[in-house]
Amino acid sequence: MSHLNEEQLILFYYSEEGDTLTAERHLEECGECRALFGSLQRVLNVVDSLPLPERGAEYGQQVWRRIERRLPAGGGSGIKAWLRPGPWRWAAAGAACAALMAAAFLAGRFLPPAPKPAQMAAADSQAGERILMVAVGDYLERSQMVLIELANANPKDALDISAEQERAGDLVSETRLYRQTAAHTGDTAVSSVLEELERVLLDITHAPSRISPQELEKMRRRLEAEGILFKIRVLGSNVRNQEGPAATTAATRAGQKL
Amino acid sequence: MELTDAAFVARARTGDTDAFRVLVERHSRALFRLAFRMTGNEQDAEDAVQESFLRAYKQLGKFDERASFGTWLYRIAMNYSLDLVRARKRRSEQLAPSDPDMDDPILSLPSGDPAPDRMAMSGEVRERVTEAMKELSASERTAFVLRHFEGMCIEEVSRVLGCQPGAAKHSVFRAVQKLRRALEPLMSPAK
Repeated sequence: MSHLNEEQLILFYYSEEGDTLTAERHLEECGECRALFGSLQRVLNVVDSLPLPERGAEYGQQVWRRIERRLPAGGGSGIKAWLRPGPWRWAAAGAACAALMAAAFLAGRFLPPAPKPAQMAAADSQAGERILMVAVGDYLERSQMVLIELANANPKDALDISAEQERAGDLVSETRLYRQTAAHTGDTAVSSVLEELERVLLDITHAPSRISPQELEKMRRRLEAEGILFKIRVLGSNVRNQEGPAATTAATRAGQKL
Repeated sequence: MELTDAAFVARARTGDTDAFRVLVERHSRALFRLAFRMTGNEQDAEDAVQESFLRAYKQLGKFDERASFGTWLYRIAMNYSLDLVRARKRRSEQLAPSDPDMDDPILSLPSGDPAPDRMAMSGEVRERVTEAMKELSASERTAFVLRHFEGMCIEEVSRVLGCQPGAAKHSVFRAVQKLRRALEPLMSPAK
């Protein structure tokens, strides 16, 4: 039998497939292959020596306590199900969100403030801003998901991205609205990130619905080069931090720390 | 008899958060191990665990009930972890332009290396291994972590990666070959 190649040795190491008995016999007889296999074993054993922080049996409960309050209201169905991706749902949600934002913006800008006791006005303002934060946070997360799914796709052949395109298309109008709001309020950092995001989403929307692995790689490189995912995450993280009851600043101000 | 994941997923989809809590409690430790192997960072791994469950919950409606919940969850965690790794890499590249002396960590090893057994325990080797892992591409790293640390067979790895078994196998090959090239010099007998 000729020598075992590296791939055969790797498969043998993992007991994965192939004629393991023949490979085993060959290793007994062939010093060269045995040395090669020994070297492979030593390297993989050293990789095994990487420490792994332990988590106790109660870890699952700790995780649950941390995420419980962050789970969207309505559970895995009901209102949440209504909000799940789907052409008409996102379109409706986007339109509702856009209308809410536009109305809030215009109302705040042009309507004279109604006389209210100071406390009540402050409470209303905080509640409104929390709602806005949640909407913006949700929107950023959806944008991020579309980009991550494309960035992490690893197809062998042409990939159908029509579902992602549909979602990207639904997000474009929201992006535009948030960007315009940010521009109006002078949040140039946020406005600039959203402008980049809008451009990327538009490009995805207008790309062919089936793209080759090469085109996907090009898209992935562009996402990486522009660092758009990182910027969205920072923006999203700042928005999430302000979702709490103490939030008092406007949604678009969140990104000024960028 | 212990109920299956599928039963809890079905209940969670109707809005039963207690059912989802069971899934969180069942899979958290495995997910943490996986995320830590992927990110090499405890804090990132914690973030990945939490975000993965939150995303899974939000996307329960998209989950195909015929599939394995664990595999699906792994996939979400993998994607999120890879994203963290990429972001971290990009940030470090922006903060510290590459130092030509550090391009090949193996070359900068002192000549009087201790014996491999002792080196395997040293912090320096751990660092070299961590660096070598970071040099793997996303698919190589994912496939290697699943095959080597999680003990999944190639077929299962391909399901998590969403690719053909042949592609998963080649990702494992490339990962092991790269690791071997990077770490073998450390394994040579003491001089």
